[in-house]
Amino acid sequence: MIKAKDINERTPWQDLTTGGDIYEPGTARAFNTGTWRTNTPVFHEEACKHCMLCIPFCPDSSIPVKDGKRLDFNYMHCKGCGICENVCPFKAITMVSGGVAL
Amino acid sequence: MSSCLSGNEAVAYAIKQINPDVMGAFPITPSTEIPEYFADYVANGEVNTEFVTVESEHSSMSVCIAAQAAGARSVNATSSCGLALMYELLYVAASCRLPITLACVNRTLSGPININNDHSDSMGARDSGWIQIYAENNQEAYDNFLMAMPIGEHLSVRLPVMTCMDGFITSHAIENIELLETDTVRRFIGDYNPENYLLKKENPMAVGPYDVSAYYMEHKVQEAEAMKSAKARIVEVATEFEKISGRRYGLFEEYKMEDADLALVLIGSSAGTAKAAIDRLREKGVRAGLVKIRVFRPFPGEELARALANTKVAAVMDKSEGFSANGGPLFAETRSALYDLKERPYLINIVYGLGGRDLKTADIEKVFGRLADIALTGEIGPTYTHMGQRSKEEME
Repeated sequence: MIKAKDINERTPWQDLTTGGDIYEPGTARAFNTGTWRTNTPVFHEEACKHCMLCIPFCPDSSIPVKDGKRLDFNYMHCKGCGICENVCPFKAITMVSGGVAL
Repeated sequence: MSSCLSGNEAVAYAIKQINPDVMGAFPITPSTEIPEYFADYVANGEVNTEFVTVESEHSSMSVCIAAQAAGARSVNATSSCGLALMYELLYVAASCRLPITLACVNRTLSGPININNDHSDSMGARDSGWIQIYAENNQEAYDNFLMAMPIGEHLSVRLPVMTCMDGFITSHAIENIELLETDTVRRFIGDYNPENYLLKKENPMAVGPYDVSAYYMEHKVQEAEAMKSAKARIVEVATEFEKISGRRYGLFEEYKMEDADLALVLIGSSAGTAKAAIDRLREKGVRAGLVKIRVFRPFPGEELARALANTKVAAVMDKSEGFSANGGPLFAETRSALYDLKERPYLINIVYGLGGRDLKTADIEKVFGRLADIALTGEIGPTYTHMGQRSKEEME
């Protein structure tokens, strides 16, 4: 069975799935959309109260959570929309210009 | 088993024998009777089909696409503007490689609004990736529908199939036809066992993705190869069908072509009229013959070239306008097929029968008269003309 990891822009037509069918769920996880960013969120952990407001607001589910605490941004999928900075009540997130968190 | 049925009744009965999982149902003249008769079977509990009545033909095709992707055998029936309303989805069904079966009861496209027969509806869909098979009469309409699933569902094909019959002429006229026993039909078409389908819990599946330019062309090449493979599969299925029915089918039918000098190429019920005219001409010593195209998609170009190679003059008769200003769709395909022949017949195009305009045996004889003149003089005259319309030039 051909999987998403077997397919890239060099794959010949004989080795693509018939009709473009995808035989597994969640293939978006492996697809890097972080390169689309023009602004990037920076996480200030010391200011964060882990109120969990930013997590559900993120349209790309790019804020991972572990043991009741949010972790640093998943920059592979963050598209830099800035909604998280907008909703954070504690200024624990700031957007910087560019595609990298500096 | 001999029965007296109209084309619509015969197709509805074929669907009953097949007992598909799903039918997307929406009415349009002259195909309405297919879902209508089938609804009786559903109401009487004679089938297990999920009969989904929807609000438009776009929706009925959506139902079929979703159901087929989910792993269910789906059928549909429509005509004319109904087929046109499904237009975007015809391409989706084919590119998702879903072997849906659709009975297209040929009715002209509006406008002006007309409910009578010509082939403009299915011709309008000729680039959609659907296999297209045409019937001359009620027997062929029944037989073609039964052969559709073994053709479309085959792994080398996986394409939807449109079986066409002439609206009113075939769909509503009653003829004696031979029906197969239901268990013979069921054995012939077998079960639908796709390798992957939406309801397969072992692996979740997504159908109909977005392709960036880096992928689209590859998927289309796959589809093109499938359409090429369909030709062999259609012939294979016809061979199997002959074993259970005694009736033989090919990509087209050659009628008195063995020694024909003058030939017609056409599609559908007009073949019956043409055969009668050809019989009369043969009695008078005219070496007339007919190639009746059964499979239009995939187009049997090589085979047609071989069939016409030894004729002197051929007329391709199109029962639809393509408005190419260069002739009708069947003419374009035929001319292309003949191009590579070292020696090829003179070829003319006659567009006829639009909006149900009648074609009589006398008209066919006139066409052969013109072909005979061309054979004699080598003067083709106008390559592309219409026949049957009232025009000032003829009325003066």
